[in-house]
Amino acid sequence: MVPLWMYLAVAAALFSLGVFGALTRRNAVAVLMSVELMLNAVNINLVAFWRYSETSTDLLLNGYAFTAFVLIVAAAEAAVGLAIIIMVYRNRRSVIPEEAAALKG
Amino acid sequence: MELNAISIGFVVFTIFTLGGGFGVVTTRNLFQGTIWLMVSLFGVAGYFILLSAPFLAAVQILVYIGAIAILITFAVMLTRSVTRVKTRYIRLVPSLLASLALFLILIFGVTMPIFGGVSPELAPATVASTRDLGAALVDENGYVVPFLLASVLLTGAMIGAIFIARDDSA
Repeated sequence: MVPLWMYLAVAAALFSLGVFGALTRRNAVAVLMSVELMLNAVNINLVAFWRYSETSTDLLLNGYAFTAFVLIVAAAEAAVGLAIIIMVYRNRRSVIPEEAAALKG
Repeated sequence: MELNAISIGFVVFTIFTLGGGFGVVTTRNLFQGTIWLMVSLFGVAGYFILLSAPFLAAVQILVYIGAIAILITFAVMLTRSVTRVKTRYIRLVPSLLASLALFLILIFGVTMPIFGGVSPELAPATVASTRDLGAALVDENGYVVPFLLASVLLTGAMIGAIFIARDDSA
């Protein structure tokens, strides 16, 4: 059996990759893709902890159901995020996040 | 870790997940980046199967690879003319250091048993099935309120996305 820490290590690596991409990429679509990577790393963690937790003997579903809700929120986030990117592109001809600074204080 | 089907699958899915993730953050062509994202999401679906959550694996493939990745592909194509930005990265060195430091901290946290001992994996028979999840989602003592709220959220997100992306001049 694969021990729990290996799943957590893979999730940590995937999350760090996502952080790196979200901080550095110049394209808003690429930033959104990096955010999806981070969400997936968190999902791996949630399912792994659910699978390995001792209390799941009495059929607790918290980790399982929470992962499903994270997936739902990720879908909503992707839809709205891409709509915003397309609207910004239509108005400014740019997908660079720094150039959409109209709300900057 | 002995050599069996699960450990071989774990190695294969690790290559998929981390290789795809590396491709997403390094590739210059965003369209190829979307393909790498699909590879990475497929690896994550494989982990869900290894962790005896086949329903989540199916949802992962349907929602992420089937819907979100296709949506990102459309966004890449619609913003095509400017995807060739001169520089691929900004703030490269500090971001690299920050994410590397985060990775080392997380690895230290998960490999050292500083949170107490980790229980061994439970037998598959004691793990909840898809049928249990379905019953819990509509159980008033379970997740019926979050389930309905998720429906409202999805409806709101759909209407909001249509409203934001609508072309007023058309």
